[in-house]
Amino acid sequence: MKILVCMSNVPDTTTKITFTSDHKQFNAAGVQFILNPYDELALARAIELTEGGKGTVTVIHVGEASSDPTIRKALAIGADDAVRIDSPAIDAFFTASQVAAYAKDKGFDLVLTGRESIDHNGAQVPAMIGELLGIPSVSIIKKLVIDGTTGILEREIEGGKEIVHVPLPFIASCAEGVAEPKIPNMRGIMSARTKPLSVVTVTEAPVLTSIEKYETPVPRGAVKMVAADDVAKLVGLLHTEAKVI
Amino acid sequence: MSVLVYVEHAEGKFRKSAFEVVSYAKAIADQLSTGLTAVVIGNGDKAELEKLGTYGASTVLFTGNTQLSSFVNQAYASLLAEAAAKADAAIVVMTNSFSGKGLAPRLAARLGAGLVAGAVALPETGDRKFTVKRSAFSGKAFSFVTLLSDKKVITLNPNAYPATENAVTPAIEEFSPAVKESDLGTLVKEIIRASGKVSLPEAELVVSAGRGLKGPENWGMIEDLANALGAATACSKPVSDAGWRPHEEHVGQTGIAVSPNLYIAIGISGAIQHLAGVSSSKTIVVINKDPEAPFFKVADYGIVGDAFEIVPKLTEAIKAYKGI
Ligand SMILES: Cc1cc2nc3c(=O)[nH]c(=O)nc-3n(C[C@H](O)[C@H](O)[C@H](O)COP(=O)(O)OP(=O)(O)OC[C@H]3O[C@@H](n4cnc5c(N)ncnc54)[C@H](O)[C@@H]3O)c2cc1C
Repeated sequence: MKILVCMSNVPDTTTKITFTSDHKQFNAAGVQFILNPYDELALARAIELTEGGKGTVTVIHVGEASSDPTIRKALAIGADDAVRIDSPAIDAFFTASQVAAYAKDKGFDLVLTGRESIDHNGAQVPAMIGELLGIPSVSIIKKLVIDGTTGILEREIEGGKEIVHVPLPFIASCAEGVAEPKIPNMRGIMSARTKPLSVVTVTEAPVLTSIEKYETPVPRGAVKMVAADDVAKLVGLLHTEAKVI
Repeated sequence: MSVLVYVEHAEGKFRKSAFEVVSYAKAIADQLSTGLTAVVIGNGDKAELEKLGTYGASTVLFTGNTQLSSFVNQAYASLLAEAAAKADAAIVVMTNSFSGKGLAPRLAARLGAGLVAGAVALPETGDRKFTVKRSAFSGKAFSFVTLLSDKKVITLNPNAYPATENAVTPAIEEFSPAVKESDLGTLVKEIIRASGKVSLPEAELVVSAGRGLKGPENWGMIEDLANALGAATACSKPVSDAGWRPHEEHVGQTGIAVSPNLYIAIGISGAIQHLAGVSSSKTIVVINKDPEAPFFKVADYGIVGDAFEIVPKLTEAIKAYKGI
């Protein structure tokens, strides 16, 4: 089985998010970038599905050379090879177009992504790739089993879940439950240096959105403390002051 | 040109988020001085469909086709694309729900439309621009996205826009275009819903607990409090990682992002990754035995003390207040 895993390179989860003084760009100075945590789950499941000579895992990333250390991390975790489309990921449709253009004639049986990136949280790229490739897309899955040529998936819905059967090839976006993230071992780290990372030139694609500016939330006022033996007071405050109950 | 809103239902009933998204789409239609058409798939119950008129939908298209009674991404995208063409809609709006997250990008790609996912406010339409505020960086920031395409798709976060009455008597029409076989690849085998539970992403009130609870056996008091309030339950990541609670309750940067009216955090320290997913809650209450817990810095109300003593008392006080 040939699996393609899409990955994004995102600010570490402990990053304090700040912007340039014109509020137009994320301030990346001094920020540590990591493999998007949800993409780690997709990668881990792809590796499980192909272990023992049952297939190959290719990771694909749309981004500049500054992402290469994160791509090498994915190779260290266990991907067989990597592709970087050499362009900033301008917006979701542009990014999906790049992945679709690359994957179109490569015969992948399965494409996996994370449920969303933890920077833009758009959750747009997976289903857009599905549409561009003309294959089924299933978003936010919690379980993935391949039975012959059918994927058996558990998909999250409000207040429950759905069991979905999908014929290969398809694309799915992964959430917790699909797999446990894998930590690279020494052998993985060594071999990652020599695994193929091909850089592919960008395909023309329309840009449909642009980010005008960013804002950070207004800080809350000071916390009001309530004595532990006076919970009735809290209930009163929630009713009369906060007006939430 | 008009505005189209796709309205989800669960087993034939609309949830609150459905009325929110219709109200939001109606406000956009008003901004653009045009009409609003709602589309409902797999629900032909007239009395229920009429409710969408209450929030401003002047036309309601429904599909009775049983092939579409459960969610099939490709087929739903095709149907919405056809409905958009029928209604001459330049803007399609839906809820940023689990299904919406799968459907909106597919539809946007089909229409060649730019997509704003997770809108939290009405578009700003001055200056010939169409810019929508959305949540980004897992709630640590907002971005203002300008849609450059003629066709536009927007998904609205639950709890971000109030359901607003704007009553009209809607024209209710059946709309069942033929479904292509190739669109029916995905097959929903089973739908499992936990009965009587409040759905977390849409909940107005959330009771959340962390590692301070020491073990899964202690969640009874959390559920009691949630039941007394009519709240959904949530937890921190280590709690779901340890299997004390199911993954779908995990909130934060790598879990569900929530923005309820009230978020009560019990025995949760307030790590940056946890705060990311909950800080847009309107009111935050923190109960923690450590007065130095970082969560207090971003809370509206705080109680320092032992959760095992405070939570049962709080439940009693809520019950007394509600007369139950
Ligand atoms: C990549 C990454 C992503 C992450 N994503 C998330 C995420 O999405 N969501 C998330 O929640 N975490 C996330 N985390 C984990 C996060 O860093 C914290 O470790 C986690 O939130 C801590 O959970 P906690 O507050 O329940 O536990 P702790 O930090 O252990 O805090 C327990 C709290 O309980 C209090 N307490 C103990 N006993 C009592 C008592 N009897 N009464 C009252 N209070 C008591 C303590 O004072 C303490 O403040 C992530 C971490 C990483 C590295």
